[in-house]
Amino acid sequence: MSDPFVTRGFVGRREHGYGGGSLAVRTPPGQYLTSDFPVLSAGPTPRTPLDRWSFRIEGLVREPRTWTWDEFQALPARDWTVDISCVTKWTKLDMRWRGVSVDTLLEHVDLDPTAAFAIAWADGDYTTNLPLSDVLNGQAFVAWEYDGRPLTPEHGGPARLVVPGRYFWKSAKWVRGLRIQASDEPGFWESLGYHNRGDQWLEERYGGD
Amino acid sequence: MNANGVVNQGDDAMADRVGSGPAEDHVLDGNALAGRLAAVFGADVTATPGQCAHCGTVTVVGELRAYVRAPGAVLRCPACGGVVLRIVETPEATIVDARGAAQLRFERR
Amino acid sequence: MPDSISWRLATVAALRDETPTVRTFTLRIPGWPGHRPGQHVDIRLTAEDGYSVERSYSIGSEPERAGEIDLTVERIAEGEVSSFLHDVVVAGDRIEVRGPIGGYFAWDAGLGGSLFLVAGGSGVVPLMAMLRHRARVPSPPSASLIFSSRQYEDIIYRDELELLAARDDRLRIAHTLTRSQPSGWTGYTRRIDQAMLGEAVAPLGNGVRAFICGPTALVETAANALLRLGLPADRIRTERFGPTGT
Repeated sequence: MSDPFVTRGFVGRREHGYGGGSLAVRTPPGQYLTSDFPVLSAGPTPRTPLDRWSFRIEGLVREPRTWTWDEFQALPARDWTVDISCVTKWTKLDMRWRGVSVDTLLEHVDLDPTAAFAIAWADGDYTTNLPLSDVLNGQAFVAWEYDGRPLTPEHGGPARLVVPGRYFWKSAKWVRGLRIQASDEPGFWESLGYHNRGDQWLEERYGGD
Repeated sequence: MNANGVVNQGDDAMADRVGSGPAEDHVLDGNALAGRLAAVFGADVTATPGQCAHCGTVTVVGELRAYVRAPGAVLRCPACGGVVLRIVETPEATIVDARGAAQLRFERR
Repeated sequence: MPDSISWRLATVAALRDETPTVRTFTLRIPGWPGHRPGQHVDIRLTAEDGYSVERSYSIGSEPERAGEIDLTVERIAEGEVSSFLHDVVVAGDRIEVRGPIGGYFAWDAGLGGSLFLVAGGSGVVPLMAMLRHRARVPSPPSASLIFSSRQYEDIIYRDELELLAARDDRLRIAHTLTRSQPSGWTGYTRRIDQAMLGEAVAPLGNGVRAFICGPTALVETAANALLRLGLPADRIRTERFGPTGT
């Protein structure tokens, strides 16, 4: 196969850090830094009213647990400042979120000893899968505030999952619950060629990476 | 193809009109994916009728609602919003998930 | 591989500014198989490190101009590709092109029935290919265009449209300017709505084939309105361009 044709004068619009140094180190391989917050979506924006919203943990737990919006807001919340990488190559540093840790949520259920995976489901028929080891110990939270303001529907509001250590497709927008399972179940993108785990530092974009 | 051999479909995601507007503004239709689908199916499919597996409505691919600002492209039924086709491009392959299409009808000329 | 699926190298033969933000690029393509009015091409830009982007652009020229096509592109400030095309590309540059693509949103005079066109901004481009083709055909069917632009200076192909309509009393063109109008303006001044479409489509009688192209919101509004006006769904074809820049 011959070399691809190079278009004269085209470099594309990519920010490669702000001059290297510490910011370059924070940019995972193959990513470029952005100051925008792009909206990516696979479908129409769900808009669940808060009085109909709920979050549920079910599956391999002794008893499923459901929270209404008010009950969810009453949980101990904290702030996170994290870097986010999307598989479409943008990375945004120092994103400020507020929400509840998945650890806190799991404290309210008794996990079966065979529990190994959490399948997150969301409005709009979206799912993504994570091993429990990827969401425990402060690695994941459910956020309802971004940058000091309520999370807008376009960015996943009222609440979304955030897993900073994985490509952002794992951070399910409009999340409504976690189903705890012994076996893995590839989600919306994972079942279509994207990597099952999605560690951006190992550049796990596609299955087979 | 970039150094990874991947077509940066993410930049379809950024699109020429990147912004934080609602996804609805950015809904396109199957015409926007015509080239990519033609590369896969070997023919233009925008006029190909497909039956939605969720609601049974038959529409041509050109009328499916296309969401291209995503890790892959998603084509939805204009009647019920159900996913009809999904397309992901990896370094090795183009993956088309058509489980949302009960049937695609390719007419012979 | 069929012709329309492989990438070809096109040469930019000419550039012409249509409005302050819209430019037409004439591409000469060896072995170009020809196209149907309404179809588009994909173009691909590749940087030295292999980073590449693709975009689709409608062909604005008629198929009767053999071997070359016109792409009319609006410069969007945040647009990675459109700003490259406007700011960097000069005559003699080469660009990868794939197509023609899109048999669904296409029309030629042989189809019969009258032609009803609804355009928003750069959505006029594929419809212009239809009108330019129609102008080359003896005794073409009646046609009507409703064209929404922000202001007078933004009307793409303004002079040529005036000329086409002046020469052909079976072609009607109605403009609407939604943001501002010059003094003495006698056209519409509001967003496209059912009343406006009704006035334009009524004289065409039955057998209308409608093509709507532009920003998604305009396309949805117009398509729904035409359905309510009684056009059969299979006579309405749409192509959504996504949102416009403000």
